[in-house]
Amino acid sequence: MTYHWNFASVFDNWWALAIGLAGTLKLFVVCLVFGMTLGLFVALGRRSHRRWLRWLSTFFVEFFRNTPVLVQILWFYYALPILAPIEISPFMAAILGISLNSAAYAAEIYRGGIQSIEPGQWEAARAIGMTGAQTLRRIVLPQAIRRIIPALTNRGVEIFKMSTLASVVAYVELMQQGKLIASLNFNPLEVYTVIAAIFLIILYPIVRVTYAVERRLARSD
Amino acid sequence: MSEPLLRLGGLGKSFGTNLVFSGVDLDVMPGDRIAILGASGSGKSTLLRCINALETPDEGLVKINGTPLLKADGKGRLRSTERDLCALRQRVGMVFQQFNLFPHMTVAGNVAEGLVTVRGMSSGKALERAQAELERVGLGDKGDAYPSRLSGGQKQRVAIARALAMDPEILLFDEPTSALDPALVGEVLGVIEQLANEGRTMILVTHEIGFAYHVATRVVFVAEHGIYETGTPEEVLKHPARPLTQQFLADHQRFQF
Repeated sequence: MTYHWNFASVFDNWWALAIGLAGTLKLFVVCLVFGMTLGLFVALGRRSHRRWLRWLSTFFVEFFRNTPVLVQILWFYYALPILAPIEISPFMAAILGISLNSAAYAAEIYRGGIQSIEPGQWEAARAIGMTGAQTLRRIVLPQAIRRIIPALTNRGVEIFKMSTLASVVAYVELMQQGKLIASLNFNPLEVYTVIAAIFLIILYPIVRVTYAVERRLARSD
Repeated sequence: MSEPLLRLGGLGKSFGTNLVFSGVDLDVMPGDRIAILGASGSGKSTLLRCINALETPDEGLVKINGTPLLKADGKGRLRSTERDLCALRQRVGMVFQQFNLFPHMTVAGNVAEGLVTVRGMSSGKALERAQAELERVGLGDKGDAYPSRLSGGQKQRVAIARALAMDPEILLFDEPTSALDPALVGEVLGVIEQLANEGRTMILVTHEIGFAYHVATRVVFVAEHGIYETGTPEEVLKHPARPLTQQFLADHQRFQF
């Protein structure tokens, strides 16, 4: 059997893909910033002296890490408005699902990074009179983040790809637009191939940047 | 008699059910140089680390110039605020066995860090001060290097400069030469001796008995969960009165020639 590939029908609809790409990038940036930031606070919560805060952070991690993101997005979109008097846009539902899930994973990465810093570093900082918060900000986190850049890069790439799940609530991103083009032109193989190529073309340079950052931070070795 | 610069009152510490020491009283007057000696596991490092609350004592208090900055409640918790502890630690500098330099900062950055972050000094002024401290320990040309490029002896001298930059009233040394190659011990002891000659108050946990003899004004021998014997270096090291001190010194001198 020979299949006749027809990419022309995909590129005829390049504008639809461009709109989708804009939606994907918007979702990626918001989820990246929100997920990575929240993850840091959750990680600190898991190391807190306050028992309730530790418990809450651990619950957060286990809940969002061990449930499917797809279900989370669907749930935020359909179930939340039933339980609370709020309207949720597809964009909002996707942000919540992807960010909270990523925060749970990122929290564990941060926690591992912070724990990998030798106790002597904390002690040396405390011994010159730094507070716990100053020690974390000036001494521990800069070293920890350097060590976890590869793991955080993984997470970032994963967030970018998870954005396709937002199509389940009809948020306009690449996957959603791809489905649309495919249903009009009956060319799903070509469309999804092009979408995969777009992901690769965008993600690879970003990953290269993180390698450069890693090298730059390693200059003290 | 004037107020002691540092007073330890009834200091006690256990790890779980394992008693390290209890009821330790010690007064340190300005200009005192106290060497703490004792067998491995006798708790001398733990005692030193309780003074600036890197270990939490179970009982007792630490006073500086009459102000109690560290108070234990007898249940393994401190009754001091973080502010008190930070104030205490700024007045009591510490040098560690493993140096504990900040590897992501330059040598000058290490020394200036406390001045900038804790004292709020501008970074330009702090670096100027750091340079002066580095010159004092003979490393004026190393400011821009990262710690990973230094020898052990140089690292420890940077650690001393970092402690000095905060203008501490007392310096604590926790086995400062134990992690060093024997050939590098001399340069570090030289710096400590120079600080001693300047009349700085210090407490030194060490295995260098000869150094303790020459530099200390008082020797404290730790054994049996507390201060076992104390006196001038001449008394404790040359004419020890009690059996465990005698045994310890005999063991140390066994292979001398």
